[in-house]
Amino acid sequence: MPDLTPISASPGPWTRKHLLGLQDLSAEELTTILDTAGRYKAHWNAGETKFDDLQGTAIANLFFEPSTRTKTSFSLAAKRLSADTVDFTASSSSLSKGETFIDTALNIQAMGIHQMVVRHSSSGAPEQLAREVDCCVINAGDGTHEHPTQGLLDIFTIRSHRPSLKGLTVALVGDIKHSRVARSNIWGLTKLGARVIVCGPPTLMPVGIEEFGVEVAHRLDDVLEQCDCINLLRVQFERQRGAYFPSVREYAHLYGMNGARMKRAKSDVLILAPGPINRGVEITPDVADGQNSVILDQVTNGLFIRMACLSLLNSARSTQSPTQQEKSR
Amino acid sequence: MSPTPSLPSTLNPQLSTILIRGGRLIDPLTGTDSFGDLFLRNGLITPLSEAPRSCDRVIDATGLIVCPRFIDCRVGLGEPGFEEDETIATGTAAALAGGFTLVASLPDTDPVVETRAAAEFVRQQAERAGNCRVVPLGAVTKAREGKELAEMGGLIEGGAVAFTDGKQPIANAEVMRRALEYASMWQKVIMHFPQVPELVQGGVMHEGYYSSVLGLRGMPTAAEEIMVRRDIALAELTGGRIHLMAVTSRHSVEEIREARKRGVRVTADVTPHHLLLTDQQMESYDARYKVDPPLRTQLHIAALIEGLQDGTIETISADHTPVASEKQAREIDLVPFGISGLETLLPLCVEALIAPGHLTWPQLIAKLTTGPARLFGLESTKTLAPGTVADLTLIDPAATYRIDTTRFKSLGQNTPFHDRAATGRVHSTIVGGVIKYTSTRVE
Repeated sequence: MPDLTPISASPGPWTRKHLLGLQDLSAEELTTILDTAGRYKAHWNAGETKFDDLQGTAIANLFFEPSTRTKTSFSLAAKRLSADTVDFTASSSSLSKGETFIDTALNIQAMGIHQMVVRHSSSGAPEQLAREVDCCVINAGDGTHEHPTQGLLDIFTIRSHRPSLKGLTVALVGDIKHSRVARSNIWGLTKLGARVIVCGPPTLMPVGIEEFGVEVAHRLDDVLEQCDCINLLRVQFERQRGAYFPSVREYAHLYGMNGARMKRAKSDVLILAPGPINRGVEITPDVADGQNSVILDQVTNGLFIRMACLSLLNSARSTQSPTQQEKSR
Repeated sequence: MSPTPSLPSTLNPQLSTILIRGGRLIDPLTGTDSFGDLFLRNGLITPLSEAPRSCDRVIDATGLIVCPRFIDCRVGLGEPGFEEDETIATGTAAALAGGFTLVASLPDTDPVVETRAAAEFVRQQAERAGNCRVVPLGAVTKAREGKELAEMGGLIEGGAVAFTDGKQPIANAEVMRRALEYASMWQKVIMHFPQVPELVQGGVMHEGYYSSVLGLRGMPTAAEEIMVRRDIALAELTGGRIHLMAVTSRHSVEEIREARKRGVRVTADVTPHHLLLTDQQMESYDARYKVDPPLRTQLHIAALIEGLQDGTIETISADHTPVASEKQAREIDLVPFGISGLETLLPLCVEALIAPGHLTWPQLIAKLTTGPARLFGLESTKTLAPGTVADLTLIDPAATYRIDTTRFKSLGQNTPFHDRAATGRVHSTIVGGVIKYTSTRVE
């Protein structure tokens, strides 16, 4: 049964003004976001295309690092919630004139912004901003730290195909070391009871990864048959120059998801990829477009996750007294 | 042993008679630790029997420690070239407030201190400022590029007491070998920052669990250990003197300990912040914790303390690296490394070493006096005895207060220790018989 409960009734606890990562969230808070997104999706599927939850608020997309997909998704999510949106990209910015990113954000905020969606190539930049501004800050990907909404939409997508995450085995394959998506997935999935295997060459594993509460594998073929879900992280070709792996060919040979590996995997295995995908490298076209692939579902679900985050943060912002706001800063 | 070089003078307009009464006199050189009085006249420590009935100044030193001058073997003074971070005037004022009467200035300025003229400029600016004494450190290589040797002979004529390229490691082993050989003709030490540059490229913090969680580029301890081993091997090969700046790793301490047993001429220093803080502090993405070498873990801290206790590490340096506030309000990747450390060294050493009982006061004072003095050949034979220059530090070991960066003399307020509860304060700093600083008022 689709959940057509009015969205204004929050399905669970939420008091946070910022969403900086999934590491600090409790299982209850994660579930609150996922359930809220589920309600938006149900209403959407029932034909509702516009919601007034953020009427009268303004949201700025501060993208200090280029992105098309995430920015479009956040913009659209804000518009569906009736917020005004403004886009800021580094190329059109005063950053090139030497302004610090904190000054830039303070200037944008001074224009009367209620929430900031921040992407930055430096890990921690959204957290640094959250300390300086009064408005809500959503991390839309910071360096190699976290990409919480991507983690949430991956989990949402898995949850919509499986009754529960408890006991599911999810493999994250590829460049774990440099992946903010991997980190957000690890925190979110493990809190919700999934078993997480990270799989990649030792050169692309972060130091101390075992302490994250995950299992580590270096050969995909060793763990393939155990997986209920396989999330194929994007390969960044410049890592080859950094001597992280010898060639794209060898990478595809060891970690690429192809037809032969699909035959050995569970028949109902879910294939995810945060994209943009390199066809023929981490995933072959037949797998990307095959019946186990939920890659486009992820993109669709991303909208609902971002709507849920924007609206939950807004509710925390508007219910907090000024002193509480002081504290949560 | 080279002859003790004459100390650079400071402007002493009002030499007078001072009686320091009832202090705990600690002189690590002679092993003195007793209560007594000290009489100063015309800038010199003078026999008590010569004290007149009334002195120009009487300091009641009851409850205070009176010890020879603190020396910091490497401080960033910013000038010339980085006056937004620090000037020689502000840096030396900060040094006085930290109890230092002599600091060695790093050559990582713009232009680099690689000529006699540049070294003389530093000394001249210090004379003008009239705060503490300053001895310049000269660059090892031209432009600190690690390729060609700087004119060490000229630098020594200009007053340089040792050579270093600051925090720029000399990656080329052949260049380091030649530097050790060349400097040995004056018995001068090469002070090196032991770090393999390739292993820390783009690094922000210690490589470990927390760097992985935070997604910040890690700097493994191996980067330091490899260089420590190389430097020891080169010192052994050449017979030259090497000083390793800011060691932080357990294995570094072990290697240095073993090398010293073999008679290799290697010394090392540590900083107070590496004795107190760990990599976990970076969890807040607070750039004030961004230091090079990075904050490590408890395991390494324990090894550093052991190294201090058994004498493997003879020197503590504040690692004074002032940074202008506008350079701090940046992404953590872009914020420069460093802590403005001169004015917090003493209370941090008390917290890290005295309070837990790791070192006694005489042991700590040795790390701040005889250790660095030996490095530069500045040791005298009788520091608190009559006839020596009255460069003294008076410590109130029991004073409790909160560290307040807004009262810093340094232009750099970059420190994570603001508002920290502190015990132990510099009471007075006396340079050449003149009270240059007191914690209550400046004379």
